[in-house]
Amino acid sequence: MSTMTQAVNDGWVVAQRNLIKIVRVPEILVFVLVSPIMFVLLFAYVFGGAIDTPGVNYREWLIAGIFGQTIVFGATFTGAGLAEDMQKGIIDRFRSLPMSNSAVLVGRTSSDVVYNVLSLIIMALTGLIVGWRIREGFLDALAGFALLLVFGYAISWVMAWVGLMVPSVEVINNASFIVIMPLTFVSNAFVPTKDFNSVLKPVVEWNPVSAVTQASRDLFGNTGVGPGSEAWSLQHPIAYTLIWVVGIIAVFAPLAVRQYRIAASR
Amino acid sequence: MSEPMIRATGLVKRYKDVEALAGLDLAVPEGKVLALLGPNGAGKTTAVRCLTTLLKPDEGTASVAGVDVLAEPAAAKAKIGLSGQYAAVDEHLTAYENLVMIGRLYHLGRQRARARAQELLERFDLTEFAGRPTKTYSGGQRRRLDLAGALVAAPPVIVLDEPTTGLDPRSRQLMWDVIRELVGEGATLLLTTQYLEEADVLADDIVVIDHGRQIAHGTADELKAQTGGQRIEVVLTSTADTETASAILNEVAVGEVQVAAGGRELAAAVGDEAASDLLRVLQGFEREAVKVLDVGLRRPTLDDVFLSLTGHDSSENESTEAVK
Repeated sequence: MSTMTQAVNDGWVVAQRNLIKIVRVPEILVFVLVSPIMFVLLFAYVFGGAIDTPGVNYREWLIAGIFGQTIVFGATFTGAGLAEDMQKGIIDRFRSLPMSNSAVLVGRTSSDVVYNVLSLIIMALTGLIVGWRIREGFLDALAGFALLLVFGYAISWVMAWVGLMVPSVEVINNASFIVIMPLTFVSNAFVPTKDFNSVLKPVVEWNPVSAVTQASRDLFGNTGVGPGSEAWSLQHPIAYTLIWVVGIIAVFAPLAVRQYRIAASR
Repeated sequence: MSEPMIRATGLVKRYKDVEALAGLDLAVPEGKVLALLGPNGAGKTTAVRCLTTLLKPDEGTASVAGVDVLAEPAAAKAKIGLSGQYAAVDEHLTAYENLVMIGRLYHLGRQRARARAQELLERFDLTEFAGRPTKTYSGGQRRRLDLAGALVAAPPVIVLDEPTTGLDPRSRQLMWDVIRELVGEGATLLLTTQYLEEADVLADDIVVIDHGRQIAHGTADELKAQTGGQRIEVVLTSTADTETASAILNEVAVGEVQVAAGGRELAAAVGDEAASDLLRVLQGFEREAVKVLDVGLRRPTLDDVFLSLTGHDSSENESTEAVK
């Protein structure tokens, strides 16, 4: 068996193991699904009246932002899952097996795509109830979802690397909250780019979360009169998002695999 | 003699300013059991991790079943079944699912992995709960499952890191039975333990380590012989006889007579003529009408050995646990 096939096979075995957990620990699933619904409802009804989005209803405009934020938060599961595996010692078992070094990480990042698919479905349904509509073609919408998932997959590799370094699950949950909250709030996910002050505006424009949000917003047909910015990143959000995806995976996948190899558990 | 199945030469591992291993040599011939005995923090787990490719030693070499652990880690892993100090099983999977997963990661193929899982469940007496997630298992059941996991690929070398730490006496006994059975089938085994009794019961050969280096090596009998010969131990009915009994023991004792339990328990080390010394003591007791509850000839336990080798008993050193 070639190294590549072996890595894919081993990764699949590990992914299956992670997916069984979705069924066995429904609390996790509830958390994955409930928090995005909460965000949709909070933003739609609390801030809905206060934020002006020219040419489009705020609730409709907002949904792509919620998608973007939830996808980024979803990556925390990758880190938390690995941190837990380290804590519980199962990583020791994996590392003592003659399996591919990357398999545990490939399996984990892949199974977390399933979490993201589930939460996108739930959010989309909630969105439809509060007034979100897909205005472009079905394929465009599908491309929008695919782009979100690919972006989430890339962030998963960052979290995988972090998850293998931190001492416990609690640490990664808190640490990622500190990073992800500003990353998603200083973006066009909830507030249009035009409404930020001149200090924050460039940050918003070049924030990859803005790009993935803008790209899927465009693909769903919820942008209204435009991104409200002349920055290249928001004029070409798909290309800019993909550059980030490739860059993040190129840097963090090798870092995570290296960390896995040297990680001394406990 | 043929090449040992497990060999380590001059293993050194440093963590910042602590030397976890300070030049450790080990050799286990095929079909034998070596116990690595030492208190917490002695370097046992570090040694195991170096031998099983989980940790790279700073110096030294190691080989398992003729495979160089450092040069060919993947090939070495295929020869070793490792069961760690903490049961490394997935708590959300059932016993069966855990074993099938491990089998598939050993690349047995789906069919063989399933058959092997079933076989091991039966053998380790786990079929009864095989369909429940392992988090509902007792500590002993999890350990047995973890050991079963180590055996999935029927490896020629089995490494057990403190297999019974934290288990209740009954689970420990069960684990010992399983380990004995494995050895009976010809497996080569390295086990670490902080229980002297465990090394005594299971191992052909014992290496005592402390602070990352070997401080003694031999069979249980040889180690006990190192601390001197046998002892006569006496338990008196009444402390009124303490002085008389002590005087009688003193006639045969090598060194001082030890008195404990407020004068009710006495012990004396004796020389090569232990049996006739005991007889003389008993005759003395009869002559002086000393009443006893128990009199016996005892060999030193490995605990005595440990104390005399390290200058501290086996339960000390807890504070250095982090060094593992």
